[in-house]
Formats: sequence, C-alpha cells, structure tokens
Amino acid sequence: MTAPALVRRPVRKDRKSVALTIVMALFLIYTLVPLLWLLFSSTKTQAGLFSSFGLWFADDFSFFQNLVDTLTYRDGIFVRWLGNTLLYVVVGAGGATLLATLAGYGLAKFSFPGRRAVFAVVLGAIAVPGTALAVPTFLMFSQLHLTNTPWAIIIPSLISPFGLYLIWVYAVDAVPTELLEAARMDGAGEFRTFATISVRLLAPGIVTVLLFTVVATWNNYFLPLIMLSKPELYPLTVGLNQWNSQATGVAAEPIYNLVIMGSLLTIVPIVVAFLFLQRFWQSGLSAGSVKQ
Amino acid sequence: MNPMRTAAAKRRALAGLAVSAVVIGALTACTGSDGGPTSADTDIDAALEAGGTLTYWSWTPQAEAQVAAFEKAYPKVDVELVNAGTGNDEYTKLQNAIAAGTGGPDVAQVEYYALPQFALTDSLVDLAPYGFGDLEADYTPSTWGAVTVGDAVYGLPQDSGPIAMFYNKRIFDQFGIAVPTTWDEYLAAAEKLHAADPTKYITSDTGDAGFTTTMIWQAAGHPFQADGDKVTIDLQDAGSKKWADTWNQLLEKDLLAPVPGWSDEWFKGLADGTVATLIIGAWMPGVLEGSVPDASGDWAVAPAPSYDGKPAGAENGGGGQVVLKQSSNPALAAGFLKWLNNSDESVKVFLDGGGFPSTTADISSPDFLGVESDYFGGQKINEVLAAAAEAPSSDWYYLPYQVYANSIFGDTVGQAYANKTDLNAGLQAWQDALVEYGDKQGFTVNK
Repeated sequence: MTAPALVRRPVRKDRKSVALTIVMALFLIYTLVPLLWLLFSSTKTQAGLFSSFGLWFADDFSFFQNLVDTLTYRDGIFVRWLGNTLLYVVVGAGGATLLATLAGYGLAKFSFPGRRAVFAVVLGAIAVPGTALAVPTFLMFSQLHLTNTPWAIIIPSLISPFGLYLIWVYAVDAVPTELLEAARMDGAGEFRTFATISVRLLAPGIVTVLLFTVVATWNNYFLPLIMLSKPELYPLTVGLNQWNSQATGVAAEPIYNLVIMGSLLTIVPIVVAFLFLQRFWQSGLSAGSVKQ
Repeated sequence: MNPMRTAAAKRRALAGLAVSAVVIGALTACTGSDGGPTSADTDIDAALEAGGTLTYWSWTPQAEAQVAAFEKAYPKVDVELVNAGTGNDEYTKLQNAIAAGTGGPDVAQVEYYALPQFALTDSLVDLAPYGFGDLEADYTPSTWGAVTVGDAVYGLPQDSGPIAMFYNKRIFDQFGIAVPTTWDEYLAAAEKLHAADPTKYITSDTGDAGFTTTMIWQAAGHPFQADGDKVTIDLQDAGSKKWADTWNQLLEKDLLAPVPGWSDEWFKGLADGTVATLIIGAWMPGVLEGSVPDASGDWAVAPAPSYDGKPAGAENGGGGQVVLKQSSNPALAAGFLKWLNNSDESVKVFLDGGGFPSTTADISSPDFLGVESDYFGGQKINEVLAAAAEAPSSDWYYLPYQVYANSIFGDTVGQAYANKTDLNAGLQAWQDALVEYGDKQGFTVNK
C-alpha cells in the first residue's frame, strides 16, 4: 500500500478487453437489477405488486402514498426504528472506530510487554464470527440485565477487532516513527502528537474503519434480533423483518408495499454515506503511496 | 449469496442452541423444589381483583383490542402487549429468555406445533391447579388435545385450523372441473387443469413442514410419539407413506405451482387463478378477504378430499396462549389467559377480526353457521368449516423439538421437492436428521 515505487513503470497503453467488458457489464447488471426492482416496486400499491411485471411501473403510481404510509404506519414506528439505527450507528460504529484507532495506533507505535499476546488475541477475535458469539453474549447480558436496552446493541458494536488490526497495520507505515521522534524532540506530548500529527496521517485508515463499522452496525440483524424483544428498540433491519413476516400464516396481513418502501429508505443513508466517505478513502489511499 | 438462505441458516443455528440450552435447563430444574401452588395462590378472581402488571407477547392483530377491553374490565391490571415477532422469531426469543432465566413475558402466544417444545421442557405453568381442567368441554377435542399433556393443562386454545379445500370456482367452472372429494379425483383434476392451461396449477407447494405434517395427520399417520424423554419417529409409517405416494404423483408430473407459500407471487397466484386450490386451515377466509381482495367472488370452500371419500379431518396452524414459569404472578396471568380465550367478550373480538374459533359454543352457534360470506359469493362457508372441525381425525402429537424439526424441513424433504424426486426418501432423510439431533439433545430416540 505504501511501498515507494522505485522504478517508474512505463505508462501502459489503454487496451480494450472485450472479455473484461462483458464480465464487468454482467456484474453491473447483477448488482443493479435488484436495485432497479426495488425502485420500480416502491412505486406500486400492494395490489399492483401482485399484478405487474417487476422491472417496470404498474398502472397506478403510488410512490408518495407508500412513503407517507411507511412513515405513519402504527404511529410512525418506522421513524422510531430509523432513529434507533442512527443511535446504534453513531454511538456504536463511532465508538468502535475511536477505540480501534487508539488501540491500533498504540500497538503499532509503542512497544510494551505482551504486545504479541494482544496481537494473537486480536487475530483470534477476527476469526470468530460475531454470529457465533451472539447467544453467549445474550446469556451474559441477561445476567447483567442489559437485554432489551440500547446498551445490548451498542456495547458489542464497540468492539471491532478487524478495525483495530487494520489501523495497526496501517499505522506501522503511515505514521513514520522518525516523525514522532521529531515531534517529541520539539517538546510535544504524546497526546498532542497523536491528535495533531498521527490522526491526520491515519485519516484514510480511520475512514476505512468507519466505513466498515458503519455498514456492519447499520446492517446488524442477528444481534438485535435476539437481544431485543420490544419493537420500540428495534433497528430498521429487525423491524422490517417483522413487517415482512406479517404476511405469513394465520391472520396474515401482508404489507409488502411498505416493506419495499422501508427497504428503499433503509439503503439510502448507507449509499450516501458510502459515496461521501469514499472520496476521503480514495484520496487517502493515493496520498499514502508516495513518499514526499 | 442468498440472504434468505443465510438468515434461515442462522435462525436454525440459533434454534439449535436455544433448544439445547432449554433441555439442559430443564434437566437441572428437576432438582429444584417444586411445592406446587396452594389454594390461596390459585384464586384467579382474587388475583384479578388485587391487580398488577403483566407482559403479553402476541402477534395476532386482534391482541391490541383484546388487551384494551381487558384493561377496561379489570382496571387494576396493566397488560403490556409486545409483538416480539411472528412464529419462529418469537419462539427463539422465548427459548433464549427461558435459558437466561429472565426476560420472558407472563403470557405468550404459542402455536400448537411449538407448544410441546415448551411444555415438555418444564417452561410452562400447569394450569390444572387453577381449575382450567374444567374448561375441557368448551373447546374442540383436537385443540384441547394440543394444549394438554395427560392431566396437565399448559395453555388455552385461541383458534383452530381444521383443514378444508378452498378452490377457485371461476377457474373450476371455466375448465369444467368437478369439485374433488377424494385424493384420486384431486390428482385427476390437477392433470386436467394443467393440461387445459399450462399456466394454471391445482395448488402450490414447494415444501412446507406445517402442510406436510397436516397431510400426514389427515392420512392417519403417527410419525411422532413422545413419552417423557423417549421419542419415537417413524416418517415411513402407513399414513406418512400414503400421503407421500399421493403427493409424489403431483410432484413428479410437475403439477404443483413453483411458488413458495406466503410470497408475493403466491398472493398473486391466489388472485389470478394460477393457484386453483388450497388445502389449508379454516382461518384462511380472513386472509383471502384481507389480502386478495381482487379475487372476491371467485373462491368457494369444500371439505378437504380424503382417501376413501369419507370426511377425514386434521388441523393446520392455529395456536393458543400459555403462562410461563418465569411469571412472577402466575395467578394473575392465568386470570388474564382465562378471560382472553374463554370469555364471550374477548372471543368475539377475536372472531370479528377474522379468526376461526376453537370454542365449541361458537363453532356450533346458529349466528356463526348462518353467515353468508360476500367474498365467497354468498356461500355459508362456516357450515363447511364447522363440519371440517367435527370430521373424525386421528390422534396427533408433535415432537418436543418440532420448531427445530420444521426449520430443517427444507434441507431434507425440501430437497425432494426441489429435485422432484421421491418424497419418501426426503421424509427418511428428515427422520435421520431428527433422530440424530434428538439423541444429541438428550432425548432417547427410536431406542
């Protein structure tokens, strides 16, 4: 990522590869068709969904009606879920990024006894999928009487072994030890060095970790599913699933049009966040690649 | 890559974990002292007078109105209604709360198929000491049987789902198909319909555990038996084979609509005639009226076909409410439950919301039987459905881990559906997986 290019390679001529273009096009279709389906479907009524082709409009256009219905169904519980998700993301993913940055930087730039042990633990933690830990975490949290509270979602979200590892690896090269030594020589304290120099150099890594943790927390389904039983605390993922399962069995009340509109509303913020953060991310990647 | 698959796999993993935790919990719970309630504790009228707070988990749409009516009748009782999820989602949460020893509700909605799992693992209050044994005569035999184990009463039935055949009369008339009364006639109708219009199918079935168990029940099969920790599974007994051999003919000849139940395509198929019949519980009219309004006037109800042309009943879906052992005020919870499923006021709210009753007084009342349904073209559908509830049916038991069993149905019998191969082989695979799982959970299976 940061190795200096010793030999400048000759600029390759733009060659067009038909095979690559086809693969790319197929991948694009594969990615975009579900999104298109979602967009078209969000304009349909419940009846229109059942009676029209998926990738085109139905006779009646009820996008705005669906929007209003989604936001007001059951006293506006969707807005509540959106607020919950935002809370879990801001506190959970934000906290996870902060902790990962502090810990990763510390492990990369300070040597202390037990560092290798920490390294092993972090690597091990990456290997264990979060889903496998959900039930033990639930049993532990219920003894602490934390289930059915926002903490049940926020506390486990604060830990991101992968983010820590990423910052660690990134900090080793992105923050030159010589620079830190120079800052110390000039009389800057460790905290000031970190806040004014290291954080800026680490920015691309931090944004990357933020992106990962935001997406992970936004899409978190399994943990809230088992931790929470009060609909008022649900994030969007679990809430939408509850709407979706309303269509099944005795006393079924399908509200597919609201599920679809809700899904659309759910992905919009994450798409925006991705596009917005991606700019920092890309510029950061190239900024670190050449030694000035 | 399939998110539904992964979600299902996760649920399955969780159901497994939850069940093992419960079984362990139940085994250790045996050592605790269980003095049983004294008569003062079982006076539910006194408990209702004294008042208190209760938590009630339910996903029925009628629950809100029922709770409001209850709180009006008993102002000192405060009931917090929580929709903790539909079906499996709720059971997972219940299992986890039971395993954790805290966090569960006082009263919960549980479908009949899932009830043994909670009852046999000692998670539910036996309501017999509260005088619930006297209520037996109020309920249909099959629903009462579903909430009791021996003399113990683990809940009260809320609704029932005696099977009937819902058929699209418009399609039947259009293609000149007579209403089948036997399964042989049903198979013939399936062939005739699909031959006349290849876009039309007699029914849809892509593999559904609830449907398969119902059909085996109707064929007088007894695949599951449980006596304490001893469990017997025989998914190749006479009844199971009888159903599989019949259904194989639909499956292998491609006569089943390739549409999963309860999907948007399925609702669409019910509206446009792609799915011409449903063998399903008597609670279906409310769903059709509410969710398939376009097909108003098309549908009619007939008794479910049988093997010999004589009426043969079975239950599909339906459930009741239970009181959890975790409840800190079981007498109050029992009082709420009795009002919920045994008072005229509450049952009326439930029936007005489109539910099908489990109470014999309601099923046989002239008002109920005389209803002419506009949706069903003026047919007195409740006469057919009430007859279905009274059709002779054999005894039936679910496994003490039926929730898990149903969650792996797709991996075993579902494969036979997907590959259009012999369902008997699929049932055998299901049985093998269930025997192995049961043994691991501490049951003694088929020994």
